[in-house]
Amino acid sequence: MSALVAHPAARVASFNPVSKLVATLVMTVTLLLSIDPVSAGVTLAGVLVLMPFAGLPARMLWLRAWPLMLAAVIASAATVLYGRPAGETYVHWGLVHISDGSLQLALAILLRVLAISLPAIVLLSTTDPTDLADGLSQLLRLPSRFVLGALAGLRLVGLLVDDWRELSLARRARGVADTGRIRRFLGQAFALFVLAIRRGTKLATAMEARGFGAPGTRSWARPSRLRPRDAVLVAIAAAVAAASITISVAAGSWTFVWAL
Amino acid sequence: MADSLRPAAATARGWGWRHAGRRRWAVSGLDLDIPAGQRVLLLGASGAGKSTLLRALAGVLGDEEDGEQTGSLLVDGVHPASARGRVGLVLQDPDAQVVLARVGDDIAFACENLGVPRDEIWRRVDAAIDAVGLRVGRGHPTAQLSGGQKQRLALAGILAMRPGLVLLDEPTANLDPEGAQSVRDAVLSATRGATLVVVEHRVDLWAAHMDRVIVLGEEGLIADGAPDEVFARFGSELTEAGVWVPGAAPWHSPRTRPTGPGARLLQATDLGVGRKAFGRRMPQVVASGIDLSVAAGRALAVTGPNGAGKSTLAMTVAGLLPAACGELAATDVLRDGAGADPVRWRSRELLTRIGMVFQEPEHQLLTARVRDELAVGPRALGIEGPELAARVDPLLERLRLTRLAAVNPFTLSGGEKRRLTVAAALATRPRMLVLDEPTYGQDARTWRELADLIDEVRDAGTAVVFVTHDPVLVAALADDQLRLDAAMAPGGVR
Repeated sequence: MSALVAHPAARVASFNPVSKLVATLVMTVTLLLSIDPVSAGVTLAGVLVLMPFAGLPARMLWLRAWPLMLAAVIASAATVLYGRPAGETYVHWGLVHISDGSLQLALAILLRVLAISLPAIVLLSTTDPTDLADGLSQLLRLPSRFVLGALAGLRLVGLLVDDWRELSLARRARGVADTGRIRRFLGQAFALFVLAIRRGTKLATAMEARGFGAPGTRSWARPSRLRPRDAVLVAIAAAVAAASITISVAAGSWTFVWAL
Repeated sequence: MADSLRPAAATARGWGWRHAGRRRWAVSGLDLDIPAGQRVLLLGASGAGKSTLLRALAGVLGDEEDGEQTGSLLVDGVHPASARGRVGLVLQDPDAQVVLARVGDDIAFACENLGVPRDEIWRRVDAAIDAVGLRVGRGHPTAQLSGGQKQRLALAGILAMRPGLVLLDEPTANLDPEGAQSVRDAVLSATRGATLVVVEHRVDLWAAHMDRVIVLGEEGLIADGAPDEVFARFGSELTEAGVWVPGAAPWHSPRTRPTGPGARLLQATDLGVGRKAFGRRMPQVVASGIDLSVAAGRALAVTGPNGAGKSTLAMTVAGLLPAACGELAATDVLRDGAGADPVRWRSRELLTRIGMVFQEPEHQLLTARVRDELAVGPRALGIEGPELAARVDPLLERLRLTRLAAVNPFTLSGGEKRRLTVAAALATRPRMLVLDEPTYGQDARTWRELADLIDEVRDAGTAVVFVTHDPVLVAALADDQLRLDAAMAPGGVR
C-alpha cells in the first residue's frame, strides 16, 4: 500500500489534488497524441526543471522512478533493434534492423515514458486518495456515490493483501502447497475473489447503515478549495504542453500517432 | 452529547423475512414492541435470525429483489429505510466496516451522507471521539487502531448521526476480557438516552446492565422479559437452544486425566515471533522471549490481550511462519524422519505432524463439498478408496456433518464451518493440533461440542495448543497456560 500513501511534507502536496491531476493530464495527454522525440524532449525538460520545486526527497523519487526508467530503457532498446526500418540502415542481421527510423522511434519512446511517468509519480506520491475523492466530487461534480465507493474499495486492497497471505499459509497447513503451483495459484485467486466479494458486500451494508445513498443532499466535512496557486500550476502545465507542441511542429517532427 | 439523543421505539407485527433464494424463513411471525429508551439484549442460537432482525431495524435488508417480507416492522412508526439517521447499526467484525483512512473522516462519513452542516459535523465528531473513549486525534490512521479501538470507532461513527436506536451485533466478541469490559462500559455510557439493542453470545458481560432479554428461536420468540426472570424461568430451554445462560454449569470433561507428562513434541527457547510486512525483508517482531514446550496428550492455552502476537505464535509453532529469533525445534518423536525446524518441512510432511485450524474458517476451505473438504489431507498423503472412506465417514458422523456431506462448505453456518475445519485438520491424524480462537463467536451448543472434541483428541494422545480469549475454555481444558503480554518488542528487527 506504500504507493498509495501521500507524502504530506512535499510542497506540491499543498496543491488541490484536482489541479495536480489536471496539470498531469494536460502534459501527458499531449504526449500521447504524437510520437516524436522533440515534443517528449521539451516536456521532459520542462518536468526536470520543475521537479526540484515539487519538494519531494530525491531518494523517494528515485525508489519509485527506477522501475519505470528500467522499463523505458528496455522498451527503447527493443525498438532500436526491431523498430520499423526507415532512412539509412546501420545494422541488418536477421530480424535485427537498426536504422535511422528505429533509432529515432526508440529515442521518442524513451523520452515519452519518462516525461509521462515522472509527473504521474509526483501526483501519486503526494496525493491523499481521500482528498482526491473530495476534489473530484466537489469541484468536478463527479457522482459521489461512485467516487466514494471507489475510495472505500481502495481501502479493501490492504485487507485483501492480508487475506492472500492467510490463504497461502492455510494451503500449506492443508498439505496441498507442495505441487501444482499454477493450479494452486488459480484456486487461491478464486478464493480471494470470493472473499473480496464478501468483504465488499459487508462494507456496502455498513456504508448504507451510515446513510450512504440516502436521499437528500450530501454535505462535505472537508471542503475542497481551489486557490490561486492551483491556477498557476495548471497554467504552467498548459505552457509546457503548448511549448512542446509548438517547438515540435516548428521543427517539423510532430507526427500524430494515427498517421504512423 | 449523550443528553441530546432522542430515543426511538420499534414495533414488529407478524414480521418475517426470507432471503432471496432461500427456502427457510430467517425470521417469521415476529410480534415485538421495544419502547423508546429500553436496553435490550437479543439472544438466540446461531441461525435464529438475530442479525437479520438487526439489519431490518436498520433498514439495510434491501428490497423485493433481496428477499420476501411479511407483516410490518416500524421504527418510530415509519419504515426503517425512511428513518435513516435515526437508527445506527454496527455489524460484526468492525475491521470490515471502516470506510475512510483517517479516524475523523470515518466518523464524519455518516453525517456527510445525512447532509449535516460542516461545522456541526466536526463538533459531533469530536464529541463522539470523546464519548466512546477513543483517545486518538481526528487525523489518526484507521489502519493503525487495535481491535478494541476499531470497535469504538465503529460506535463513534454511528453516534455522530445522533441515532435514537443503536443496534450492535456482537460488539465484544473478539476482544480480550479486559478490552471487552471497557468497550461495554463505553457503549453503555455513550448510548445513554437512546434505545439500545445488543446481540451478544457472552451474556454475563451484558445481562446485568440491560432492561430486557429477548430470545429468538427458529419458531419465533422463546423468552422475553427482565434478565433475571428469563434466566431463572427458561434456563434449561435456553441452554438447550445454545444460549449462554449466566451461572449455568460450564462444560466439564467426562474423561479422567492421565497423570504424568506425555512425550515432548516441540520445544521453544527464547522464541520471537513476527511476520514480514508486505514487501519487507525482515519480520516485525510482535512477541519475544517465549519459552514453551508442547507435550503429547496435553493442552496448552495461549492467552493475552489483542495484539500480543498470539495468532502469530500459533502459526509459528504450527510450522507456517519462520521464527523471527530464538529457537523452535521439533523433538525426534514429532520429527519422525523430517528435519528439526517445522517451517522447513514440506506441506505434506506437516499433515501427519501438526494440524492448524485458522481463526477465519473461510481462509481454509478448498473444495465445493463437505466430504471432499475432509478428504483433502488424506488424499495429499496418497490415501484413496475404502481407506479414505474409513477416515472420512467416522469424522462426518462424529461432528454431525453426515447429512451435510454433499453441501458446499461456504454455505454452512458459522458453527458448522468451525466443526468442519477442525475435522479436516484431524482427518490426517496429526500428533499436534493448533487452534486459533476455536470458540470465537460460537453459541453455547457449538462451544460444548468443540470443547468435547478437543478433549477427546487430547485424550487420544494428541498435543493441543489453542489460542483464546475465552476464560471458560481455558478453565475447562488447559493443562498448561502461556500468557503473552502486550509489551511489544521495540521496532523489533534482529
